[in-house]
Amino acid sequence: MPAVQETVDRVKAIGVSEYKYGFFSDIESEKAPKGLNEDTVRFISAKKDEPAWLTEWRLGAYRRWLTMREPRWARVDFPKIDYQDLYYYSAPKTAAGPKSLDEVDPELLKVYAKLGIPLREQEALAGIGPDRRIAVDAVFDSVSVVTTFREELARAGVIFCPVSEAVHSHPDLVQKYLGSVVPTTDNFYATLNSAVFSDGSFVYVPPGVRCPMELSTYFRINEQNTGQFERTLIIADKGSYVSYLEGCTAPKRDENQLHAAVVELIALDDAEIKYSTVQNWYPGDADGRGGIYNFVTKRGDCRGANSKISWTQVETGSAITWKYPSCILRGDNSRGEFYSIAISNGRQQVDSGTKMIHLGKNTTSRVISKGISAGRSQNTYRGQISAHRKATGARNFTNCDSLLIGNSCGAHTVPYIESKTPSAQFEHEATTSKISEDQLFYCMQRGISGEEATALIVNGFVRDVLQQLPMEFAVEAQKLIAISLEGSVG
Amino acid sequence: MNADIIPARTPAEISLARTFDAFKAGLPGNMDVTKWREASFKAFKVSGLPHRRIEAWHYTDLRALMRDALPLASFPGAATIDALRAEFAAARVPRQRIVLVDGFFVPELSDGLPEGLKVRSLASALTEGRPDLIALLSSHDLAARDPIVSLNAALMQDGVVIEVAPSTVIAEPINLVHATASPTPAAHFSRSALILGAGASLRLAESRHIANRAQPVGAGQANACLIVSLGDGAKLAHTAMATGTAPAGVRLESVMVRIGARAKFDSFALVAGIGLVRRQMFVRFEGAESEALLSGVSLLGGREHADTTLLVEHVAPGCVSRETFKYILDEEATGVFQGKIHVAPGAQKTDGKMLCKAMLLSDMAAMNNKPELEIFADDVACGHGATCGGLDIDQLFYLQTRGLPFAQAEALLLEAFAGELVDGIGHEGLIKAYRREVSAWLSARHGPTAAPSRGLIA
Repeated sequence: MPAVQETVDRVKAIGVSEYKYGFFSDIESEKAPKGLNEDTVRFISAKKDEPAWLTEWRLGAYRRWLTMREPRWARVDFPKIDYQDLYYYSAPKTAAGPKSLDEVDPELLKVYAKLGIPLREQEALAGIGPDRRIAVDAVFDSVSVVTTFREELARAGVIFCPVSEAVHSHPDLVQKYLGSVVPTTDNFYATLNSAVFSDGSFVYVPPGVRCPMELSTYFRINEQNTGQFERTLIIADKGSYVSYLEGCTAPKRDENQLHAAVVELIALDDAEIKYSTVQNWYPGDADGRGGIYNFVTKRGDCRGANSKISWTQVETGSAITWKYPSCILRGDNSRGEFYSIAISNGRQQVDSGTKMIHLGKNTTSRVISKGISAGRSQNTYRGQISAHRKATGARNFTNCDSLLIGNSCGAHTVPYIESKTPSAQFEHEATTSKISEDQLFYCMQRGISGEEATALIVNGFVRDVLQQLPMEFAVEAQKLIAISLEGSVG
Repeated sequence: MNADIIPARTPAEISLARTFDAFKAGLPGNMDVTKWREASFKAFKVSGLPHRRIEAWHYTDLRALMRDALPLASFPGAATIDALRAEFAAARVPRQRIVLVDGFFVPELSDGLPEGLKVRSLASALTEGRPDLIALLSSHDLAARDPIVSLNAALMQDGVVIEVAPSTVIAEPINLVHATASPTPAAHFSRSALILGAGASLRLAESRHIANRAQPVGAGQANACLIVSLGDGAKLAHTAMATGTAPAGVRLESVMVRIGARAKFDSFALVAGIGLVRRQMFVRFEGAESEALLSGVSLLGGREHADTTLLVEHVAPGCVSRETFKYILDEEATGVFQGKIHVAPGAQKTDGKMLCKAMLLSDMAAMNNKPELEIFADDVACGHGATCGGLDIDQLFYLQTRGLPFAQAEALLLEAFAGELVDGIGHEGLIKAYRREVSAWLSARHGPTAAPSRGLIA
């Protein structure tokens, strides 16, 4: 069935084609020499003028990485990556530490304007109104180009800056927490990231502070043949609250690009972190050419009692997604949540899920995962729920539903449920089905076209997760879902 | 993280290799079978005993759990057979039975088999080497690369091949009795096949018998394969009692089932009292509109470890599968359930539902649960559920307020929990027998005095 007019219109309204962020901007950049060796690691470290301990930390990770092999257990398939054929550092030439937005390369600003990211605070204010302000850290290839609303945040005591800057301004915090959730030895990609990470966001919310606005980082890969290795570190001190959003896009290219990020969250006593992602990296074309390899390690540590970490993700992009945002529920009464919508179309491969490790007493977790696969894609939920012997009173509820659209795609569910205490109560349920003919018929009978009816039903299917997103993101995500499934109803 | 690490050989692996070299010339089979054995052992040697880095064996690390390999069992002597005959009569082991002693088919003990049933030993089938039968016996495609199935193929000594003529309907169960008689702990490798022609219908009841002279046992190692082929419209009801009193025993069981069109396969297993049990079932729907009902109850205490691993492959369209398993775990027991429903492209209208419920009774018990869905067709309704937890205190309290002592209240709830599946067996005599086993296990938990083992509310 050809796409109906409304959908075509909607796609046009949003961008030139299905992937509206696929443009490339010609911005002069400075790169590290191609390939990876100790000199590259030192080069990156020197570029950032890092203290000796961090250089050593990176080199330690690099040496460890040499002994490791790529994990192969995920249900994804891709040609061997030549790690020597990549640039590990690329920065827009003019971006070296602009003091204000006026010093930022206007070309760069244009990119963000095109992406719809408000970097000028007054624009942000005018655009959305004072209640819905969002502070943005814009990361372009390997460096952070600008971070907005920093002064206002500083007044509340919140530190929000690029991680490369935090190394200098708050070395004690960085040294204490960096790598404390995802150690440098964790896994192949995380170790690689530890060696060559370039930038990312650093957030510290002091005790008792409720962060006055949403924090957000916008990641953009622009340069060819580069990998992006950002590192995000968020610390919510006792009794604080922060909501953090992350968005990402990349140009359309025929080659695959690597994105291997590490995100570490630390919640101390009574603190809460809400982390939302709308991942929209370039997914490759219909034949599977190009697209981003999204190999990301995200982990939250509920270190304090009564702390809470909530992950919400909408995954529509990337050629391959390998991502398991997890929670270590160490503090008593701590809570972990994971809400996910993973949509795959074309030849995308998704292997994503979560880990909830119950260590403390009376810890609770909730996992809601909605996978939708269309086209010739493969979509896997892989999750682990485990309760340690001392995790008495642990509770988990997991629900993963998969929806298949078309008969050439696959949907898979691989949960690991491990309980070592009788007082833990784990419930897991999973279903796989297709869009009910009856529901479609009901909608179409009322004059709604097939494609629109599908979008409607899909939106109903993912509603539980969309509700968890901050409002602007929810609207954006809803549009994304409609576009991602474009052409899948036939 | 990588599965291709080749670990150092363990004493058990070394001993298995020695056994194979020493016995291979004497194992039954024609030239083709010998080649098959060689290839199978080679495959086993490459992987070794499965360990936790092999995904399908993640929770049952056989390398660590199986410290040593016992010597091969030998064919039971005339004295053993006579003794068993007397024991069977005394213990009223039902007629209409086929008897394997230490894995060897003993026709003298088998009895009262009805018309339409052709029974022969595996050894004779292997020696004769009918290609179609050998192909079925190997069933390479079903348990692709499972090291334990390969090991079985390399070392299989005997077993029984049962062929049921098309349209034969046998109402009363055919009893397949596995007797253990070796006076010293031994390893047996048996492979049996059950072939149902089109429209045939049969009930196979597997049970265990431990010969008096085999006491004290408790350390035998069994690696048994059962291959089932159901023709179009055939029906098989299968029950297996994998019970015993063998805290150091190892039982590795692989059931491989091919199901034709409009056929029905119903299988129930009770696991209790054996130190280490791995039951793996590979079920494939090869014809449309068939049905498979797989269920089981595992009752574990001590340091027992029981693993049920399922692979249900929906290759043909319109088939229904139901997998329901329950575990009761006491003391330091570990339960493992891994179930995978695979729906191949084109297997539309598949209806698959899997459920595993585990009840943990002790602080040291553990349950590992991995229900999997792997789906390549869109018009399906598949789902799985998994729960684990302890007994509901409210229910216990309710029963106690009505005057039931703690132990009795607990036993009542557990009996109801397990009994639900036992009642689904569909044969009165068998239901009674299995209920008895469950009750015996439950009452043994608290000892004869039925004193409460821990003071929850007591």
